[in-house]
Amino acid sequence: MTVLMEFKEVDVHYGPIQALKKVSLTVNEGEIVTLIGANGAGKSTLLMSIFGQPRISSGEIIYRGEDISQKSAHYVASHGLAQSPEGRRIFPGMSVEENLLMGTIPIGMDHAEEDMQRMFELFPRLLERRNQRASTMSGGEQQMLAIARALMSRPKLLLLDEPSLGLAPIIVKQIFQILKDVASTGMTIFLVEQNANHALKLANRGYVMVNGEIRMTGTGEELLVNPEVREAYLGGH
Amino acid sequence: MSQAVGINFKKSSIDALIAGFLALILFGPIVGVLLDGYKFDFEFDRVAWIVAIVAVGRFAVSSFFQTEKGVAMAFRYANNNEGATVLAPNHKSKMVWIIPLVIAVGLLIPFVASKYVLTVVILGLIYVLLGLGLNIVVGLAGLLDLGFVGFYAIGAYGLALGYENLGLGFWSMLPIAAILAAVAGAILGFPVLRMHGDYLAIVTLGFGEIIRLVLTNWASFTHGPNGISAPLPTLFGLEFKRRSRDGETFHEFFNLPYDSAYKYMFIYIVLFAVVWAVLFIKHRLVKMPIGRAWEALREDEIACRSLGLNHVLVKLSAFMLGASTGGLAGVFFATYQGFINPSSFTFFESALILAIVVLGGMGSTLGVVIAAFFLTVLPEMLREFAEYRVLMFGILMVVMMIWKPRGIVRVTRTGFAPRKGAVK
Repeated sequence: MTVLMEFKEVDVHYGPIQALKKVSLTVNEGEIVTLIGANGAGKSTLLMSIFGQPRISSGEIIYRGEDISQKSAHYVASHGLAQSPEGRRIFPGMSVEENLLMGTIPIGMDHAEEDMQRMFELFPRLLERRNQRASTMSGGEQQMLAIARALMSRPKLLLLDEPSLGLAPIIVKQIFQILKDVASTGMTIFLVEQNANHALKLANRGYVMVNGEIRMTGTGEELLVNPEVREAYLGGH
Repeated sequence: MSQAVGINFKKSSIDALIAGFLALILFGPIVGVLLDGYKFDFEFDRVAWIVAIVAVGRFAVSSFFQTEKGVAMAFRYANNNEGATVLAPNHKSKMVWIIPLVIAVGLLIPFVASKYVLTVVILGLIYVLLGLGLNIVVGLAGLLDLGFVGFYAIGAYGLALGYENLGLGFWSMLPIAAILAAVAGAILGFPVLRMHGDYLAIVTLGFGEIIRLVLTNWASFTHGPNGISAPLPTLFGLEFKRRSRDGETFHEFFNLPYDSAYKYMFIYIVLFAVVWAVLFIKHRLVKMPIGRAWEALREDEIACRSLGLNHVLVKLSAFMLGASTGGLAGVFFATYQGFINPSSFTFFESALILAIVVLGGMGSTLGVVIAAFFLTVLPEMLREFAEYRVLMFGILMVVMMIWKPRGIVRVTRTGFAPRKGAVK
């Protein structure tokens, strides 16, 4: 297995506050890796630091053999890393198709038609709402749009920041089913989640983050049955 | 809306009484007391008239909003804060018919209209250019720019100073001024890249004022408040003056009697062509990825950056393209006036241009064109009411923002047609 992305002893500071403490993790090609943790553990910070927002204060972020920790956000985003940001952040005034077209920025419009068809097969709901303004869609549909938009740039690694945020349980289930479908096409996924149950069931491997440190790591099943994880994130039963 | 529809006159009367009372408080001291030397007179009848008009008007409005139509209208106004509507993919714009008509009428104007009307229309077209320029920055990219007049001034002074110092005429300065203004746009754009909303507005406001103050105080170069004269355009070297020191003039060449309207006709035709060119370019840009990037940046900058959009380039391109259009407008303004001084480039101009964009509808090209004419031509036509111009301007803005917060023409987006092989 080749390593696609690797964090090496990464520290991140917000002013005097240390948000990430010597974080190391790896994402191999073709894997689904999840990072779970409570509110404020530093999960989103870790994801955003890939794009240099915030810049890491020490350590290295290696992506396909290159240290990207000092690169600009658009450089990173245009080299095969796509993210579906926390809170979806779709463009509310634009139609669904225009939102998808925005996703093609890193690779240009050459494959836009073909990829859009692919997205509509993956997310039939988006096809129905193709010419609708994105803000008029439900939360789940918006999340689907955010994921589809990220996939439009044909990424090597898909980064997802809390795709279950603010969604009804049944919609969360749908979203995770779709992620499974996406993964079955060979896509590497790095998933940051609070919904540990769903995330660990989906993932090959998982990391547990507590107060900016990686506390535990293991396969999805291992973590799912780990008493400590169950206690902290799965409601203790 | 299942409530019983029927006019409740008691409610209307109470509304009218309240409005009348407020009008009495507001207009009583302002209109009712007239200073006359050291004493003052009371003008009760004027106040009474105003109060009566307000009360009757309020009664009528209040009654209207209780009728079925009025309720429906109030409902529409309360719910029209939505963004752009998406048109059907096969939507055919009526503009296909209107544009050739407008061009035909526009080309006829210089030959039928009086010189005065022509100058008013030229002014209107100059503001169309300004509105289109600011529309990129404010309407599309969402960067609130209160110093747009700075670029206008750079264009105008570019022509005047270029002629005086370098001997460059209208035709060479037209592109150079656009480039100069674009460079100024980039210079302004760099430091404000990280700013949004209010902060950006204040910095750009400062920029506009700096330009004006430099023009006022750098007297050795710009002639300060005394102003400077600007050259007229030439037609293949033919000048539009009565007499030319070097070479022939337009009327001598064509054996026409001298008429000062010729120069305005010529400026109009050139300006008309430039406005259409700018309109065309703007229209295309909005549909290109760069236009989409501007709008996306307005909607969500963080999402844009996460998608790999270079926000520096996108913002700078918006600033530069907007500024260059402002610079073009400045050149036309200078050559049309023949003389410029810094008092033409005050903050009020910036506010007026912003009003054009907001009134026309943020991001809407057609709306900006209509609003530009509305706000420049109308005050000229209503010269008799000159004293009340600012008052009417204010009332218009308030009414528009309540009833049509998205501007005269709301932005529409054309939907995409389903393609062959599309999953159904």
